[in-house]
Amino acid sequence: MSIAPIRLSELESDALTELVNIGVSRAASGLRQMVGRQVVLSVPSVEVVSRTAAAALIRERETGPLVAVRQDFHGAFEGQALLIFPEQNSIELVRSVTGDDLAPHDLADMEDEALSETGNIVLNSCLATMANMLERPLEMSLPQVIRGEGSRLFLLGASSDGEGVVLFLYINFAVSERDIRGYIAMLMDLPSLDTLRSLIGEFIDRVLGEDG
Amino acid sequence: MTVSVLMVDDSKLARIVVGKAIAALQPEWTRLEAGSADDALKLLEGRPVDVVILDYNMPDRNGLDLAEELRDRFPDMPIALATANVQDEIIGRARAAGVAFVPKPVTEEGLRDFLSGAALRLRSRRA
Repeated sequence: MSIAPIRLSELESDALTELVNIGVSRAASGLRQMVGRQVVLSVPSVEVVSRTAAAALIRERETGPLVAVRQDFHGAFEGQALLIFPEQNSIELVRSVTGDDLAPHDLADMEDEALSETGNIVLNSCLATMANMLERPLEMSLPQVIRGEGSRLFLLGASSDGEGVVLFLYINFAVSERDIRGYIAMLMDLPSLDTLRSLIGEFIDRVLGEDG
Repeated sequence: MTVSVLMVDDSKLARIVVGKAIAALQPEWTRLEAGSADDALKLLEGRPVDVVILDYNMPDRNGLDLAEELRDRFPDMPIALATANVQDEIIGRARAAGVAFVPKPVTEEGLRDFLSGAALRLRSRRA
């Protein structure tokens, strides 16, 4: 069975990018508070691709193993939000968040906890901002730390087999003066995409229709 | 003489939002739009602009880089940076360049102080 990929109109895609931009900007401000250094963001990319193709987009930029903090979100639309880093950056991130005076073995002990806490703050602030602007509540699962390749990060727990299309949003970030960089990514399955599209439509109507 | 205000944002929707807030607060002002820093500079070569409102996160050049360039060229121009990215470094650079902050999503309320301050400055300069 093949499903024609949903195309967002130019204005829908513009509105979605702007929503993500605002959400991620808030998230970056939160991350900046945690790491004490400026967080530099790219402009969001929005694509409708298969999960496998989404994983390939990350894999072609990242050769080494990755670590991700993943949170699933449920509500009017559903999907997964991930904060992804090259695994070699992970301890550096934990050090930035916990301060520079922890001993190496303490850092290692703290690693997963610090990663999930960081992911939780970044992803929640991003998703909550988007939910507020779309005027629909979203429930977020507890953060989960996953290690592996892009395909594993994106396919784990997904209901589809990797071939169905998803809405894939991603943004690069880097922390100034620290060897930390990564991605904030979101994946949404097709039924959610339909709902999201109508919510974006309502959002656009609200924005355009407030003339009174 | 009417006041002209330039909105620079890669999102058309965001420009509509800002435009509506300006229309509500300063209905007499002429509103101009640019979708990138380069387009904004091009537009500025062709005509005078009194007030500029810039998005921060844009492809190619960000709004803060553009704000700093505009500040060099137009020392007195009221300039605002619209962003949800309230990191200390960004706020610090904006302050140093005499650039105001407007929170995103942009609302009438969020834009009010900047626009009335800008109107005041322009009036006193023209008086």
